[in-house]
Amino acid sequence: MTGTAGTSGLGTRDSAPSDQRAAPQSRVPSPQSPVVGPPSAHHPGTISAREFSFWYGPKQALFDVTMTIPARAVTALIGPSGCGKSTFLRSINRLNALIPGARHTGAIELDGEDVYGAGMNPGSLRQRVGMVFQRWNPFPKSIYDNVAYGPRINGSASRSRIDEIVEQSLRRAALWDEVKDRLRQSALGLSGGQQQRLCIARALANEPEVLLLDEPASALDPIATQKIEELLYELRAELTIVIVTHNMQQAARVSDHTAFFYLGRLVEVNETGQLFTAPREEQTEAYITGRFG
Amino acid sequence: MSPEIAFRHFHDQLQTLKERLLEMSARAEELIDLAVESLLTRDKEKADAVIGGDRELDMMELECENLAVSLLALQQPMGRDLRFIISAIKITSDLERVGDHAVNIAQSALRLIALHVEITPTPEIEDMARRARKMLAEALDAFIRADGALGREVCKADDAVDALHDSVFRILLTHMMADARTINPSLELLLVSRNLERVADLATNIGEDAVFLAEGKQIKHHFEEQQRERSVVPQPTG
Repeated sequence: MTGTAGTSGLGTRDSAPSDQRAAPQSRVPSPQSPVVGPPSAHHPGTISAREFSFWYGPKQALFDVTMTIPARAVTALIGPSGCGKSTFLRSINRLNALIPGARHTGAIELDGEDVYGAGMNPGSLRQRVGMVFQRWNPFPKSIYDNVAYGPRINGSASRSRIDEIVEQSLRRAALWDEVKDRLRQSALGLSGGQQQRLCIARALANEPEVLLLDEPASALDPIATQKIEELLYELRAELTIVIVTHNMQQAARVSDHTAFFYLGRLVEVNETGQLFTAPREEQTEAYITGRFG
Repeated sequence: MSPEIAFRHFHDQLQTLKERLLEMSARAEELIDLAVESLLTRDKEKADAVIGGDRELDMMELECENLAVSLLALQQPMGRDLRFIISAIKITSDLERVGDHAVNIAQSALRLIALHVEITPTPEIEDMARRARKMLAEALDAFIRADGALGREVCKADDAVDALHDSVFRILLTHMMADARTINPSLELLLVSRNLERVADLATNIGEDAVFLAEGKQIKHHFEEQQRERSVVPQPTG
């Protein structure tokens, strides 16, 4: 291209006057506060960790983690292997407490209630905080019975009510259309991606406030992964979602906020767009650009 | 490919992109120098050389762009690497535009040669060219070294070039008012001045990209100042 430069106007750069183009409001949190996202106290499912530390016997896995995970949003936990992200995730529904020698200090609160408090029943906590694992783990039962399992043991006795919950949960997990004609067949006959969505439907049947996902798509092919990611996008309007992933592109695609853990410490929590383009901390920058970890 | 080799390959390609940008910038600076020289010395050969040289800059732009696009598609970079590649795409386009402005100046030189009227405000045009070229060199240096402070310096230097452009306008206006025969060459020289002023603007863009790369902050369109003003919370009185 030649000779096409502009030739009008005098001595000023071609930028819009400030009154014509309003600058967007900053959504970047202050460096002092690891809390991100809009205030969401009025939505159930807000998680707050305060100086939470965790030990497996003599080995300390988490150091003074303080962060708020807002409701109705997806928060991704990233970091190299052994950084404590899965430990933190599993601490939210007290799954780590089952490990002999495990102990913690500090607190994790769900809607202001200490999940490790004396008044918190682990069973009802795990009903409110559902979990999906890396390797799908449906029960060796029918598709229907997998989803109906939670409501049945929680005492939703009416058959018609359970039918309703099963359909609703399978619909929410974007699985209904694929399985509605074979609800009585074994869940183990489904594909990997379908089994994983069935596990999500099983968790949703308990009507949780929070859904924890530990590498939910790492063993799935790209199409099945995309379905899980689309599902998370749909569910974020109703639930607090916390996802651990090694796949940074996945964290960038699905989450609203991202927390970076390194050597058991929370290095940075930020709006996802900000964290993956211009993180605050040098360590985060080094990790996301592949310079360590 | 092992992760270590893939990582090294990615960084080798980033280095190649940096080198290509530096070559492109050096070529753009040369073209501006040559164009201004052809104007001041009324040298037709040099003006023709500028017009021919621009083609080379266009090819360099395509090469840089292709490299940046393939890095984005194949490596999915993040953080600083992402900021570098996004900015590099913008900078190659800015440098290509610098080449266009050099061509515009060379074409004005050719028309002025044909007019045979000597009214060039040489010191101002020379000063503008020198400043615009320096800004361009420093902006690229700031970008390659990720030096945000130098990037900001380049942006500040634009005001002086704008002031020189206003001066040239006033000088030429005086000529035109005094003697109608100078209107044609004066308009031609006004275009030259405008082109140099735009080169400084493009250097300013690159300075802004250097700040974005180094600090992750957008400073264009006075975005920073606007944010600062918005963050001032009115205090209750009484």
